[in-house]
Amino acid sequence: MATSSVSKGCFVFKPNFKKRKISVPVEDYFNKGKNESEDSKLRFETYQLIWQQMKSETERLQEELNKNLFDSLIEFLRKSYSGFQKSSRDWGCQIKLREIPTAALILDMKHFLQKLVSQLMMDCCVDEETKEGSIQVAQKKTHCSMDSLSSWYTNVTRKTDPKMPRKKRTSSSQWQSPPVVLILKDMESFTTKVLQDFIIISSQHLHEFPLILIFGIATSPIIIHRLLPHAVSSLLCIELFQSLSCKEHLTTVLDKLLLTTQFPFKLSEKVLQILTNIFLYHDFSIQNFIKGLQLSLLEHFYSQPLSVLCCNLPEAKRRINFLSDNQCENIRRLPSFRRYVEKQASEKQVALLTNERFLKEEIQSLLENLHVYHSNYFLVLRCLHQFTSSLPKYPLGRQIRELYCTCLEKNIWDSEEYVSALQLLRMLAKDELMTILQKCFKIFKSTSEKQLGSTAKRIEEFLAQFQNLDEAKEEEDTSGSLSKGLQKTDLYHLQKSLLEMKELRRTNKKQTRFEVLREKVVNFIDSLVREYLLPPETQPLHEVVYFTAGHTLREHLNAAPRIALHTALNNPYYYLKNEALKSEEGCIPNVAPDICIAYKLHLECSRLINLVDWSEAFATVVTAAEKMDADSATSEERNEIIHARFIRAVSELELLGFIKPTKQKTDHVARLTWGGC
Amino acid sequence: MSYKCMYYVNVYLAVDINFSSLLSALLFLFRLAMMSKLELKEDRMLEVQFVGDDDVLNHILDREAGAKLKKERTQLLVNTKKIIKKPEYDLEEDDQEVLKDQNYVEVLGRDIQESLKNGSAADGGNKVYSFQNRKHSEKMAKLASELAKTPRKNVSLSLKNDPEIINIPQCSKGHSASDNVQLKNNDKSEFLSTAPSGLKKRLIVPRSHSDSESEYSTSNSEDDDGVAQENEEDTNEVILNQKIPSQNRAVSAPVCKETPSKKMKRDKTSDLVEEYFEAHSSSKVLTSDRTLQKLKRAKLDQQTLRNLLSKVSPSFSAELKQLSQQYEQLFHKWMLQLRLGFNIVLYGLGSKRDLLERFRTTVLQDSIHVVINGFFPGISVKSILNSITEEVLNHMGTFRSVLDQLDWIVNKFKEDSSLELFLLIHNLDSQMLRGDKSQQIIGQLSSLRNIYLIASIDHLNAPLMWDHAKQSLYNWLWYETTTYSPYTEETSYENSLLVKQSGSLPLSSLIHVLRSLTPNARGIFRLLIKYQLDNLDNPSYIGLSFQDFYQQCREAFLVNSDLTLRAQLTEFRDHKLIRTKKGTDGVEYLLIPVDNGTLRDFLEREEEES
Repeated sequence: MATSSVSKGCFVFKPNFKKRKISVPVEDYFNKGKNESEDSKLRFETYQLIWQQMKSETERLQEELNKNLFDSLIEFLRKSYSGFQKSSRDWGCQIKLREIPTAALILDMKHFLQKLVSQLMMDCCVDEETKEGSIQVAQKKTHCSMDSLSSWYTNVTRKTDPKMPRKKRTSSSQWQSPPVVLILKDMESFTTKVLQDFIIISSQHLHEFPLILIFGIATSPIIIHRLLPHAVSSLLCIELFQSLSCKEHLTTVLDKLLLTTQFPFKLSEKVLQILTNIFLYHDFSIQNFIKGLQLSLLEHFYSQPLSVLCCNLPEAKRRINFLSDNQCENIRRLPSFRRYVEKQASEKQVALLTNERFLKEEIQSLLENLHVYHSNYFLVLRCLHQFTSSLPKYPLGRQIRELYCTCLEKNIWDSEEYVSALQLLRMLAKDELMTILQKCFKIFKSTSEKQLGSTAKRIEEFLAQFQNLDEAKEEEDTSGSLSKGLQKTDLYHLQKSLLEMKELRRTNKKQTRFEVLREKVVNFIDSLVREYLLPPETQPLHEVVYFTAGHTLREHLNAAPRIALHTALNNPYYYLKNEALKSEEGCIPNVAPDICIAYKLHLECSRLINLVDWSEAFATVVTAAEKMDADSATSEERNEIIHARFIRAVSELELLGFIKPTKQKTDHVARLTWGGC
Repeated sequence: MSYKCMYYVNVYLAVDINFSSLLSALLFLFRLAMMSKLELKEDRMLEVQFVGDDDVLNHILDREAGAKLKKERTQLLVNTKKIIKKPEYDLEEDDQEVLKDQNYVEVLGRDIQESLKNGSAADGGNKVYSFQNRKHSEKMAKLASELAKTPRKNVSLSLKNDPEIINIPQCSKGHSASDNVQLKNNDKSEFLSTAPSGLKKRLIVPRSHSDSESEYSTSNSEDDDGVAQENEEDTNEVILNQKIPSQNRAVSAPVCKETPSKKMKRDKTSDLVEEYFEAHSSSKVLTSDRTLQKLKRAKLDQQTLRNLLSKVSPSFSAELKQLSQQYEQLFHKWMLQLRLGFNIVLYGLGSKRDLLERFRTTVLQDSIHVVINGFFPGISVKSILNSITEEVLNHMGTFRSVLDQLDWIVNKFKEDSSLELFLLIHNLDSQMLRGDKSQQIIGQLSSLRNIYLIASIDHLNAPLMWDHAKQSLYNWLWYETTTYSPYTEETSYENSLLVKQSGSLPLSSLIHVLRSLTPNARGIFRLLIKYQLDNLDNPSYIGLSFQDFYQQCREAFLVNSDLTLRAQLTEFRDHKLIRTKKGTDGVEYLLIPVDNGTLRDFLEREEEES
C-alpha cells in the first residue's frame, strides 16, 4: 500500500491477526543491530535492573524533597477550612489562595500537583473531577452562573453528607461542608481577564461557595501582581509556598545516584559536564537530566560488550566465570587493561594474555579493587568538598559536582585551583577548621571501610589536639613582645624600626602551635587527595563502568539542526566523501548537489531575490559543470532540465524555510535568513 | 546591540531548542542595550560588547540566584505587598559560580569537535552565526560565473588563483551602503572591463540566450532616489576606473578615497548589526526588474516537472547510498529506544521519507502503525485522531471536540497495555501541524507508554515549535540523517513558486461546495463569476460593489431583500469562495479569489451539467 495520495494524509497499517500475536520482545532489538555483541540478553537485563533501581531512587528522592511542602500545603488546607467553619463572617469576602512558586521546576511541579490532586481526593471529599463535571454541565446550558454553581454545591454537599458516615471516613467527618479546591496548575498561562473576573465573582459568593485557590507558578511571586491588579489581588489572602530550587534538587540527585557505590554505573567527566551544562544552560529540568542519565546508561550497555560486568560486585564475580573467549579477548583489548599488563612481570604478562583462567581470577581482583577505589574515592571527595566549599571565591567550585568533574578530569593536585585552595586552607581560623573536621569525621565514621577507618581516627586525634590547644593557649599568650616601650622618635626612625620589625617577622616567622597543627591537617588532607582521588582512567577496567561517549549524548539530547543544515548546504563533502566535492573554505564546487548551489547563490542576495537572476546564475553554474561531462543532449532540452532542477532546488529551499514567496515585486522571493545561515 | 549579543542570540537560535529562554535572553539583551545607552552614550558600542559575555551567562544563571534566595519556605504573608519586595537578587554570590562555569560557547565548541557523524563538527558554529554583509543581486551572477569557471579537477587551485572570489566577503565590509550601491550599479561596466579574459568568455555564454547586455544593465531599478543622485556624481570616477586595467578590487579603493569623510563617519558605526537594520528598515530593495515572463520558459506544471527531473541522473549515488546504509543500521537501535520510552526525531538536509519508509517496511511490518504525511495540505490533528479512533481502535462514535477524542484515546491506551501503536510522521513541522495546539496533542499522544512516535523535521526553525512542556512530552532523541535526497513528495503539494497550478484541486472543491447549495445560491455565485470574467481585461477592476450585485440579483429573481443576499454572502465567505474589499469610496466590493481559468472551467462544467 502506498503512503502517498492526493486525498489522504494518514495511512493506517494493520498486520494480519495471526502475525500480530508475535510481537518481538524488546531485548531482541538490543542485539540484532550488532552482530558481534556478547551477552546481549544479560546486558539488557542488567540495564533494566539498574535503570529501575535508579528510577525508583529518583522518585523516592523527589517524593522526599516535596514532602515538606506537601505537608504544609495540606496543613494550610485544613486551617483555611476550619477558618471557613469557625468564623465565616470574619473571612468575609476573602478567598484563600496560595501559590507554589518554583524556580523552574515546571515539570516536577506538575508531577507534584498531580499527586496533590490525588491526595486531596482522598482527604477531602470534594474532588476536582466532580467540579469539572459540573462546569461542563453548566456550560452546556450556555448560561453558566455562579448561582447555579453554588446551588450545585449545596446539592452535592447535602447529598454527600448522609453518605459519608456510611463510608466510615474518619477524616470526612470533620469536613462538613468541604471547601472546593481549585488548582490552577500554570497560572502564567491563564488569560488575565478571565482570572480576574473569576476571582471577583467568586469572592462575592464565597459565603455560599467556599473556594480555595491554589496557583502553580513557575517564575516568581511577582507574577501574581502583574497578572492581577490591586483591586483583585486584595481579594485574595495569599500564602506563599516555596518548593526546593531545582539546583539543589540536582545536587541531591547527583549525590544519591552518582556519588555512591550503590549503583555500579558511572559517568565520565565529559558526559557529566554535558549533562550538567544542558541542565544549567538550557532547561533546568531534572527530568531531562534523568533522561540523559537513562540514555547514557542505555548507550553504555548497548555499545560496550563488557558492560555485562557492570553490576554489583558479587554478581559481577559470578559472571566473570561465565565469560566467553571472545569477551576475554575484549578485556585484553581494553587500553586500561593493556597498560596494567605492561606493568606486570613478564611471566605474569604471558599468563594474563594466554591463560583464560588466570585472566578471570585477575579480573576478579581488579574489579574488587575498582570497587574499593570508588568507595574510598567518594568519601575523600566529600571530605575535600567540606574543606573547599566554604573557601572564599570557591576556587574548586561551590557544588560537589564541580569538584567531582575536576577530579574526574585530571589529577586535581596539578591544578592551579587546588594549590590556591590549599593556600586558603592554611589560613583558616580554628573554629572553622574544627567544624569542617567534625563534618569530615562524620563522613568517615558513617562507613565501615577498613582502609579509611584509620582516617577517621586521625581526624579524631586532630580534633582532640585542637581542643587541647584551647587550654594551652593561655600560657602561650605571654609573649606580648611588641610592647617594647614606645619612645618618642621622629618619623624617619619610626619607619625604619617598623621595617625592621617586618623583616624580622618574615624571616623567623615563629609558628604558633595552632599553625603547626593546621599545617598538619592540611598536609593530611593533601595526602588523602593524592592517594585516593586519582582520576578513573588510571584504574584498570574502568571502561567497564564508565560511560565516556559524550558526543553521542550531545548528538541525541542537544542536537543542533541548524548547524547540520548549514554544514550540509555549505560543505557537502562533509557528508558525501567524494573528492570532487572537496573545496576551499567558503566555496563550493560546481558539481555539488543542486540545492547547495542554489543556496550558495542565494547567500549573495539581500532581502529580495530576483528569480530570473537566480535561475540564470544557477544555469551558468550547472551548465559549466555539465559541459565537463557530455554535451550530447540538445541544448533546448538541456535548458529545460536545468530549469526544472532549479525549480526543484528553489522549492526545497522554501520547504526548509530559507525563502518565501513575496508580493513586493513580481517574480521575487524574500530571504528569511540573514547572514551566513 | 552589539555583535556579541547578537552572537549569543544566534547561539540560542541554533543550539538551544527552547523558545522561552531565547525570549528571556533577548529581553535581557535589549534591556542591557537600553541601559548602556542611557549611561554612556558615546561609548555605547564598547560597553555593550563588554557586557555581552558574562552578563548573558549571568542572566542564564540568575534564575538560580533568585531561587536560592527564597530558601526560607512557607512564609505567612498577610500583606500581599511583601511579595513584591522580596526578590532582590544578590548576584555577587553567584558570580563566582558563573565564572567557574566554563564559558558556555567554549564548552559547546569543544565537545562538538569529537562528534564524528554530526554535521556540527565541521564548523564549530562560528561560521553559522557570523554575520555577512549586505549582498547584491549582481554578486550572484558574479559568483555563479566564478563557480562555473572552476574546473572540476583542481578545484582548490583555481580558486586560490582567483582573487575575486576571496575578496568578495571583504569588499563590502568596511564600506558604507551607498558605496556599495555605486559599486553595484556600475558593476556591469566594471565587470567587463576588468574581468580576466577567461572569465569574460564564460560570462558571455550564459547571457547570450537571455537579454542583451545593455538592457540588462539599464533595467536595474533605482528605488533609492538619493543614491541615484550620488550615482551621477560618481559616474566620472567610474569612467576613469574603467580605464584602469587592474583587478576590479581597485575600483572600490579609489571610490573610497574620494569620499574619505563619509567613510570615516561610517567606519565608526560600521557595525554589522546596523547593516542588518539598514537592510531591513527601508522598504526599498534594489534588484533587477526582470520578470519570468520575459524569459522564454514558462511555468511548468507538476507533471512536466517530474518528467524532466526523471531524466536527470542523480549524482553521487554511491555516496548517497552509503549514507543511507549507515542510517539503516540504526533501525534496530531506534526500535529499541522507541520501545524504551523515547521518541525519535530525524533532522538534516534531504528528504527523510524514503528512509522512514524503509524503516517501516523492514521493522514495522508486524505491528500496527500509522503513517502521517505532514506535508499533505489537508492534514490536521483531527484527521490523525480520526484515523486512530476509527481505523486502529475501530470506534465508530463521534466526539464533541478534539480534546475529548484525545482523552478517549489516552484512556483506551492506558487501559489496554497490550495495545501498541507506532506513529510515523513525515514532516512534523509542516504548515498544518506546526500550530501550538496540534503539537500539544501530538505530544500528548506520544507521551503514552504504548504509542511510539518517530518523526522527521525539515524546517530551519522547527525546534522553536516546542517549549519545555512539549519537549518533555515528546521525550525526543535526536538523530541526524542527512540524505540529500530530493523532497519530491514533500514539495509536490506545495504551491511552489515556479510551478504552474493545474487548478484541479480548487476546481473540484469549488464544485463540491456549490453542489451543496440551493439553486438560488448557485445562481448568485454564477452571476458573480460571469461579472468577474467579463471584466477580465479591466486592469482597474476591484470587484463588484454590493449595491450593483444586489440589483443584479434582484433582476434575476434570485433574492428579494438585501438581507438574504448578505446571509448568502456570509456563507460564501465562510467557504472562502469570495473576498470582500472596501474600496476608496467606502463601498464593499466582492471578488472571487480563484484564478480565471478555473472559473471558466467551472462555468463550462456547470453548463454541461444543466
